[in-house]
Amino acid sequence: MIPAAFDYVRAGSVDEAVRVLGERGEDAKVLAGGQSLIPLLRLRLSYPEVVVDVGRVEEMHGVREDGEHLVIGAMTTHAEVIDSDLVRTHCGLLSEATETVADPAVRHRGTFGGSLAHADPAGDLPAVALALDAEFVIAGSGGRRTVPAQGFFVDYLQTAVGADEVLVEVRLPKLGAGWGHRYEKFHRVAQSWAIVGVAAVVHRSNGSIDQARIGLTNMGPTPLRASAVEQALSGADVSGIGAAAEHAADDTSPASDLGGAADYRQHLARVLTRRAVSAAAGG
Amino acid sequence: MTETVERPLARENSVGQPLRRKEDARLVTGRTNWTDNIVLPGMLHMAVLRSPMAHARITRIDVSGALQRPGVVAAYSAADLGDANGSIPCVWPVTDDMVSPPHPCLAIDEVRYVGDAVAVVIAADRYAAADALEAIDVDYEPLPAVVEMPAALAEGSPLVHSESGTNKCYTWEFGGGDYEAAKAKADRVFTRHYVNQRLIPMAMEPRAVVANPTGPDGEITLWSATQIPHVLRVLLALVTGIPENKIRVIAPDVGGGFGSKLQLYREEVLAVVIANRLGRPLKWTESRSENAQVTHHGRDQLQEIELAVTNEGKILGLRVDLTANMGAYLHIITPGVPLLGAFMFNSIYKMEALSFTCTGVFTNTTPTDAYRGAGRPEATFAIERIMDDLAAELGVDPLELRRRNWITHEEFPYTTIAGLEYDSGNYEAATARAVELFDYDGLRAEQKARRERKDPVQLGIGVSTFTEMCGLAPSRVLGSLKYVAGGWEHATVRILPTGVVEVVTGTSPHGQGHVTAWSQIAADALGVDPSAVQVIHGDTGTSPYGMDSYGSRSLVVGGVALVQAAERVVEKAKVIAAHLLEADAADLEYKDGAFNVKGSPGSSKTIQEVAFEAFTAHNLPDGVEPTLQANSTLDPSTFSFPHGTHLCAVDIDTETGMTKIRTYVCVDDIGKVINPMIVEGQVHGGLAQGIAQALFEEAVYDDAGNLVTGSLVDYLVPAAPDLPHFTTDRTETPSTTNPLGVKGVGEAGTIASTPAVVNAVVDALRPFGVDDVRMACTPERVWRAINDAGSKGGDRAAEGTVAYGGATTESTAGGQGDGIEKTGGQA
Ligand SMILES: Cc1cc2nc3c(=O)[nH]c(=O)nc-3n(C[C@H](O)[C@H](O)[C@H](O)COP(=O)(O)OP(=O)(O)OC[C@H]3O[C@@H](n4cnc5c(N)ncnc54)[C@H](O)[C@@H]3O)c2cc1C
Repeated sequence: MIPAAFDYVRAGSVDEAVRVLGERGEDAKVLAGGQSLIPLLRLRLSYPEVVVDVGRVEEMHGVREDGEHLVIGAMTTHAEVIDSDLVRTHCGLLSEATETVADPAVRHRGTFGGSLAHADPAGDLPAVALALDAEFVIAGSGGRRTVPAQGFFVDYLQTAVGADEVLVEVRLPKLGAGWGHRYEKFHRVAQSWAIVGVAAVVHRSNGSIDQARIGLTNMGPTPLRASAVEQALSGADVSGIGAAAEHAADDTSPASDLGGAADYRQHLARVLTRRAVSAAAGG
Repeated sequence: MTETVERPLARENSVGQPLRRKEDARLVTGRTNWTDNIVLPGMLHMAVLRSPMAHARITRIDVSGALQRPGVVAAYSAADLGDANGSIPCVWPVTDDMVSPPHPCLAIDEVRYVGDAVAVVIAADRYAAADALEAIDVDYEPLPAVVEMPAALAEGSPLVHSESGTNKCYTWEFGGGDYEAAKAKADRVFTRHYVNQRLIPMAMEPRAVVANPTGPDGEITLWSATQIPHVLRVLLALVTGIPENKIRVIAPDVGGGFGSKLQLYREEVLAVVIANRLGRPLKWTESRSENAQVTHHGRDQLQEIELAVTNEGKILGLRVDLTANMGAYLHIITPGVPLLGAFMFNSIYKMEALSFTCTGVFTNTTPTDAYRGAGRPEATFAIERIMDDLAAELGVDPLELRRRNWITHEEFPYTTIAGLEYDSGNYEAATARAVELFDYDGLRAEQKARRERKDPVQLGIGVSTFTEMCGLAPSRVLGSLKYVAGGWEHATVRILPTGVVEVVTGTSPHGQGHVTAWSQIAADALGVDPSAVQVIHGDTGTSPYGMDSYGSRSLVVGGVALVQAAERVVEKAKVIAAHLLEADAADLEYKDGAFNVKGSPGSSKTIQEVAFEAFTAHNLPDGVEPTLQANSTLDPSTFSFPHGTHLCAVDIDTETGMTKIRTYVCVDDIGKVINPMIVEGQVHGGLAQGIAQALFEEAVYDDAGNLVTGSLVDYLVPAAPDLPHFTTDRTETPSTTNPLGVKGVGEAGTIASTPAVVNAVVDALRPFGVDDVRMACTPERVWRAINDAGSKGGDRAAEGTVAYGGATTESTAGGQGDGIEKTGGQA
């Protein structure tokens, strides 16, 4: 439980971090809250030669408004997200889901950006980012680019962030009146990871659902959108939720592991989607 | 200088008061002495290279690469250590023909489980030692591994120890009465198979050792996070050949053990041997991963249990056939753990016959040994599970079935079919109180309503009326069971010249609060304030005699020894006081810490005054030795038999399989209570661990013998948010076999709670045709049990493909319902 030796660089700015990453390439790793990276180092499952700590990069911290968007710095901790009134008001799904992450100690170190960049399929926030239609601002040697949520999660523990890039911030469209949300996390003890999670935001007008976005946690190597459910819900009223939720496991390929076999996870996805959407729709 | 100034007011008894634990202020403010905190000048650090394979031949091992690494002082394989490598002894050879293979500290030629120690590196710091492990070259030639017990016992199985020619360690038989005769008389024979899964003890503090060979006159001191400093010293002397008087063992603050630190571990031997060889202090601290992998595991039994009963549910006979997993090697009491349960399957029930067989089996897994309750939780689980299952089969309320069979309070003392004399108990009273607190009838009514309206959340009610044997143990009984040591305990009480009290105990607390409880006992015995009592423990240098702490023994054996020693101090003081008061000793009475001459008020001596006289020795009666102190070494005459009734109600979400405990009530009878707050803590912690076995914890190996649940991500230890509010109460039936009237409480909660919870889960699911759910009762298992009637116990794979066999109900010829074999006078 002792990491192999590595060099440590504390970056003062995004540019400095990007420069070091560019020089050291695959041998370098960004260090955010360390709640995923440090265990990997300690178990010697990861052997970076240099760790680039972005914890002191001012612009990567905090939550701000930018017109119709909330902008959350990648280094904003889970605890800060939970405490943010802006997040609670405009993206309540994120507050709700972040409260279920790990335990208070982990939430005071672990970061929003770190969770997304790490992209653990059992992590709660990737599916939430999908449901919230997040945009990811990534800095590299060639400047900054913005990647939509649908293009961000590439494969198991793999995102659009390249080895020489840094995730700077995440932009979330504010959800206004008429939107409801629910994160249904299914896990066995309070501080454990999700076996399956369902993140739902639902917009109702005139009694029926006109928009729903649903993210699935741990239903495959990457977080997924439950598109078939979303389509089935469009224009439906609450009585149609049960039938729509039956599609929650369509086109999913969850793992079979200690947490549950694939068929059980697919069953859970259907049950939890029904519950999440019903709650989000206020029904 | 009036006498009254020095006289304390009539004191209140301290025993029975919820005195705050003396230990806690220091512990919760971090002013602690964990072994890993110890830093000595010139101290080196050890790291252990462990086998990545469950079974392999070591064809080559070369540690020289490690020696090239910075900071490395030495590196050893088994060959480098030679005879000093030593072998861990098993001190409980349960049968004459038990297979007891060598258990070398570093593996010789063959590794037998993942984590088996292969080599060590000694370096200037922990980091250098860990890094250098990677430079050791080992060639492994894989051998077939066997992980499951049925496979290990099958013809042609790979052998864990090929030289033994078998994976069977022993078969041990025991019984009372004539089981076949009881069976012939019975209306029904009810057979069940249960699985008591493997658990990882997971004490909060992992193990750690520091060995310092630079003591005076060649003495080596070993600090170890152990429950058994005294036993450890003896074993270290036997294994290393170092004279016992040159070894001092200290257990400083120890952060939990639950049996996992009731052990002689390889790292303890290696640290002593290597520190001696290098002449420098040496430290090793276990990582959490090592803790999961190589600190001994617990439970792991396949249980076949059979009741021969009348149609009215009267038990005539009980047959138990256990298969117990030893793991890859025998640790100090590995084979004996199931035997501690042998006497407890009959529990609180009267019957004519008992037949017990246990077969110990080697597999390529971490060795097992004692874990909180050691043998008794396994027994209680099986008997209490089958009682609920039988009640369901007979259509009788599970509490009523128990009433028809239990020993009534007028029948004590009662000699059970296992030959134990239960001194006292009142199962009716504890059950009546539990039923009242639980609102048993109200919950049954709600259960009925929910069943009728097919509520997706079903309610289940589980019962466990347990007893256990603890207070280990009468030495003669241990001898008759072939255990090589005794079960006595030692205490010394001294009143120092300044009048304060020193208590030396041979028990070795590691979280239980002995310092507080012993202070209360000594305070009352001597008539002083508990704050005037200092308790010394856990160091063979200052408390040379002891048998340490495990098996809920400390109070019922060590606490009673303390009372005896205190009484002897008072006896001696009385002789001195009589002399000083110029009175006849027979005319003195001892009260509130002072001797008074009966009928002559004002004429008295405090015990502190007497202690000072005993110190100066200027004016002692002839023949009385100076100093005021006494010893007691107490061998208990029998075991202690706490009991209680635990009732659990669960809500099961039948859509997801999730179980939530809704109400948990326990009424325990542990006799007299020294400190009710400490008792409450023991009960709560015990319940948490027993509930953990029922719902959360399970050590899982893959087919290749890798521990899949090797971290706390996968081995789910519940925390406060995962546990319900506990409603606890007590009835008090004092033990008649010790002067304090006490019974053990350290393991009771763990022993009782597991079957209460699983019974509740199964009870909720009976309408779905479910009669068992394998532990841990995960949501997935519950869901499968509901939805796949063929999945017996809720396991994923179809029956037969699960190597463990799952839990099945035997349905023999002519049986009507599952599990009932009809014999004799059919209904
Ligand atoms: C006991 C425990 C329980 C947990 N339970 C949960 C849970 O229930 N749900 C859940 O969602 N999570 C859980 N986590 C994970 C937690 O949320 C972590 O905080 C998170 O996964 C990683 O965030 P971090 O800031 O700690 O990132 P780090 O560990 O520092 O980094 C993780 C990875 O992301 C990369 N990275 C981080 N930041 C950036 C960046 N800005 N740009 C580019 N790359 C970056 C790192 O290089 C590294 O590869 C748990 C963690 C622990 C220790």
